[in-house]
Amino acid sequence: MSARVAPRPYADPYLAGVGLGLVLLASFVLAGRGLGASGAFAAAAATSVNAVAPSVVNGNPFLSGHLGAGGPLRDWLVVEILGVILGGFLSAALAGRLALRVERGAHASLLQRIGAAMAGGALMGGGAVLARGCTSGQALTGGALLSAGAWLFIGTAFAAAYLVGFATRGSWR
Amino acid sequence: MSAPLPLSLAAGSTGALVVAFGVGLCFGWCLERAGLGSATKLMGQFHLTDLTVFKVMFSAIVTAMLGLFWLSRVGVVDLSRVYVPETFVLPQLVGGLVFGAGMALAGLCPGTSCVAAATGRGDGIAVAGGFFAGVLATGLALPAMARFYESGARGSLTLDTVLDLELGTLILVVVAAALAGFIVAEHVEQRSARRLEETGR
Repeated sequence: MSARVAPRPYADPYLAGVGLGLVLLASFVLAGRGLGASGAFAAAAATSVNAVAPSVVNGNPFLSGHLGAGGPLRDWLVVEILGVILGGFLSAALAGRLALRVERGAHASLLQRIGAAMAGGALMGGGAVLARGCTSGQALTGGALLSAGAWLFIGTAFAAAYLVGFATRGSWR
Repeated sequence: MSAPLPLSLAAGSTGALVVAFGVGLCFGWCLERAGLGSATKLMGQFHLTDLTVFKVMFSAIVTAMLGLFWLSRVGVVDLSRVYVPETFVLPQLVGGLVFGAGMALAGLCPGTSCVAAATGRGDGIAVAGGFFAGVLATGLALPAMARFYESGARGSLTLDTVLDLELGTLILVVVAAALAGFIVAEHVEQRSARRLEETGR
């Protein structure tokens, strides 16, 4: 790691948003599809189940649909997410923002924060499977394509997030 | 003459995967630059103190939407070859509620949890691990709730059809709504900052 520099401030949100929109547009224009995240996790889940119990995958259209012929490293979304990980790392490294720590509210213990992170992650997993996508594949991608289901998802996801965010605000500040 | 784009890349071909990796790299870069790899910053959206999530998301949606609209108008992109996610009314309504509740608990979404993990955040690793478990468990349980999962199937339904508007008119409405939303967002942030100054919370 380079010399210790103070973390640089984040980019202007509108500028970052236009940049993100151009990346999404490039994905539509080059690949004919948008961004995604949950699909990569579904491919990883299908690969894992297939390794221990292939018959379960055969009887499950969702899992078999996420089991690509060439293995996970030939899956579009898995490769895209590997890019996300490297891109996020490089951006943070160049801005002095890499830090080994757990981000948590002033009134949450380490154990509480990790528990909430895992539980929240698991709930999002259930929701993303039902909705056929998450903030990337539904909200951003479907949103820009004016998909009716994507806008329904944006509405209900933000409504629920505001309710839970309000109820748990005490642990953050 | 048919539009030259999108490229005809076979699934799993090296060309498609190069595009996937490049798109992912830029996606992760943008998320990190905006600060969305940080749960503390993301939660500001739901406490109405920092509306970066809204501003980034809607600037991105408007940019990509306008770009695609005009590129198809001038004949560069064939819209019929861009995959529009399918609508399933009830599963997406319920899925959205469950997802949103999880997002406010986690402080990150699946994509941003990858960025958080890649930049050293332990909570990002926990969210990604929980998300994997949730996808796995729900995926395994899907055959038992196949009827619900497939209910309200409407295909690639878009809002212009639902609202019976010309596509161009709808796009104008979305842009206007986003701009109005940005103005409201700036006011909300200023109010929160003033309150913090006055009361310390």
